Amino acid sequence: MRVGLFVTCLVDLVRPRIGFAALKLLEGAGCEVVVPLTQTCCGQPGYNSGDRHAAQALARKVLTEFKDCDYVVVPSGSCSGMVKAHYPELLNEFPELRADVEWLIARTWELTDFLVSVLKLENVPGGFTGTVTYHDSCSGLREMGVKDQPRALLSKLSGLTVREMAMPEQCCGFGGTFAVKYGDISARIADQKCADIQSTGADAVVLGDLGCMLNIEGRLRRRGDRTTKVLHVAEVLAGMTDEAG
Amino acid sequence: MQIRSAEFKTRATEKLGSATLFRALSNLRGRLVAGRATVMRELDNFEDIREAAKRVRDDALENLDFLLEEFERNATANGAKVHWAENSQEMNQLVLDIARKANVRKVIKSKSMLGEESGLNHFLEQGGIEVRETDLGEYIIQESGDVPSHLIAPATHRTKEEVADLFHEKHKRPRKTDITELTWEAREILRPYFLTADMGISGANFLVAETGTSMIVTNEGNGRMTTTLPRVHVAIAGIEKVLPTLEDVSFILRLLTRSATGQSISNYLTFTTGPKRPDDAEGPEEFHIIIVDSGRTKVLGSELREALRCIRCGACMNHCPVYQNIGGHPYGWVYPGPIGSVLTPAYVGLENAIDLPNAATMCNQCGVVCPVKIPLPDLMRKLRERQVEQNLRPWAERVGLRLWAWAAARPGVYSRGAKLAARLGRWMGGREGLIHSLPGAGAAWTRERDMPAPSGKTFLEMYAARGTRRT
Repeated sequence: MRVGLFVTCLVDLVRPRIGFAALKLLEGAGCEVVVPLTQTCCGQPGYNSGDRHAAQALARKVLTEFKDCDYVVVPSGSCSGMVKAHYPELLNEFPELRADVEWLIARTWELTDFLVSVLKLENVPGGFTGTVTYHDSCSGLREMGVKDQPRALLSKLSGLTVREMAMPEQCCGFGGTFAVKYGDISARIADQKCADIQSTGADAVVLGDLGCMLNIEGRLRRRGDRTTKVLHVAEVLAGMTDEAG
Repeated sequence: MQIRSAEFKTRATEKLGSATLFRALSNLRGRLVAGRATVMRELDNFEDIREAAKRVRDDALENLDFLLEEFERNATANGAKVHWAENSQEMNQLVLDIARKANVRKVIKSKSMLGEESGLNHFLEQGGIEVRETDLGEYIIQESGDVPSHLIAPATHRTKEEVADLFHEKHKRPRKTDITELTWEAREILRPYFLTADMGISGANFLVAETGTSMIVTNEGNGRMTTTLPRVHVAIAGIEKVLPTLEDVSFILRLLTRSATGQSISNYLTFTTGPKRPDDAEGPEEFHIIIVDSGRTKVLGSELREALRCIRCGACMNHCPVYQNIGGHPYGWVYPGPIGSVLTPAYVGLENAIDLPNAATMCNQCGVVCPVKIPLPDLMRKLRERQVEQNLRPWAERVGLRLWAWAAARPGVYSRGAKLAARLGRWMGGREGLIHSLPGAGAAWTRERDMPAPSGKTFLEMYAARGTRRT
């Protein structure tokens, strides 16, 4: 099975290791993974900023780039949600693309959902010793239905215990450009998320979206917390955290 | 009401600094959010019910013209007088005219958001009529010269200590902080108004077309007294409030009270059908219903139409991470929170409420709790698109977006930029890998957060290099 890996622009720029972790998980499960080298962004920043034309141009680019894949897998609830939940509306002015859009959204998966629902992954290569808490990112949870999948995968790692926050589904306050347009509100919301994370006493917060990750890690460190790790679920599952080497 | 939505940013920042507000709001967050979640478990098919509720509201909006005429026919047959107002000013004038004609000097009012839209109290007072709010929250707001900050809990931004101080000052009685005692005090103060008022004004949760009934949902009993005790009653309602049948109303109520206050049913449901009949023990001698457009028809014909399904439960704001931290006042008009971020621009003009559709994380918590499935983030995004089209966004943002969009569509340019940014970011992050201060727009990020630094190379360049090594 030919799986297109859409690493997303944030992973590409900030934490490429997450992309390689996704690659390792998919290849380890026997997928033939293709990575279109021309990929950039799903268009979400433009879409959510009201620049429909910019978003449309990028959505059309994504449509072309992953044309010859059986599946498109994204290590992000937000970017996969952009494709699945929003491309149909975004591209509704182009009836000639409708078939392509339907084709793409039927094949687009968030990484953990794909590992659980399609690959039915049993053996998780990673390892992690300690307690983690899982942050449900908004788009992953409410657009892609990602909730049990990452927890099911994490529970396969011996040595890892999941301890839930009081409000794991509460937004971290990132919201894309919201984080800079309304920096003080965003940071306040992030602060509450950090307090919730810290009150679990977990060694790490694990999540599936880079936006939340930057926001939560950024606020944790500014609060003076140097020890709580902030890890993408792919890194943990692939055993590609700092500890794992 | 005065429109202050343009001040959103400064007022939001100010509210973030208020420890008192934060205390008041955390109270609400616990009570209303947890209460709703608990009571919703009584419904084993919430998603089906909410889909059906959406359809009921959509059908009513689709047939608004017929339903309103049916309502007028039936209400008139019951002996009520139906008036039509195109805007707030017309509505205010109609109320004043009714009051003057009936020699009204004192008015008691139960909650009405439409009355807040039009500044009705102020208008009547200018006309020499005394107006007394009787909903406890609205009474607190009126006595402190404040404006509501929530659809159903107008004084939710106040702590009980603040209310204790207010009552002590206004009522000249010993200060008390026990909520039950405070409520009893308000009750004693308000009772004489109920008994001596000439006219009662209420809003309407729904108008029932088949019976010509106007109905309100309340908890305190003030609404019941407002609609029955004074000799004249005026109900004011937006055109979108009409539902075909009593059956529809009772169906929607299953979701309304649960979504609003976490109650299976409210303490009072008051249905008013016509004035007092000869054998009735009580009720108003004159019963007027004013049906108001005030921008609704325009919304009905627009891409924001779905917002008119709103049944004013307030669940969207209770669950909004932004509202939970800044309260309702920064939104600057009658309707705060996510629904306000759609209705305010729609009613007062997008150019007067630039921030509102943008001041949301798009987390869609509002969308999933809305009992009538209003896609609030989608509607906010529509408004963002209109802002871009109408050049209402700041210059720097427009240039930044254009530049990003131009590059992202050109992989060659983009990868060079990304490589450069990855290296620059890594350098800025130093040994600990954290950027403490970003320039330009990024400064808003790093004021209260660090930015985890990029690791130095992009995924795509490393992946391409790996491929080269292999072959």
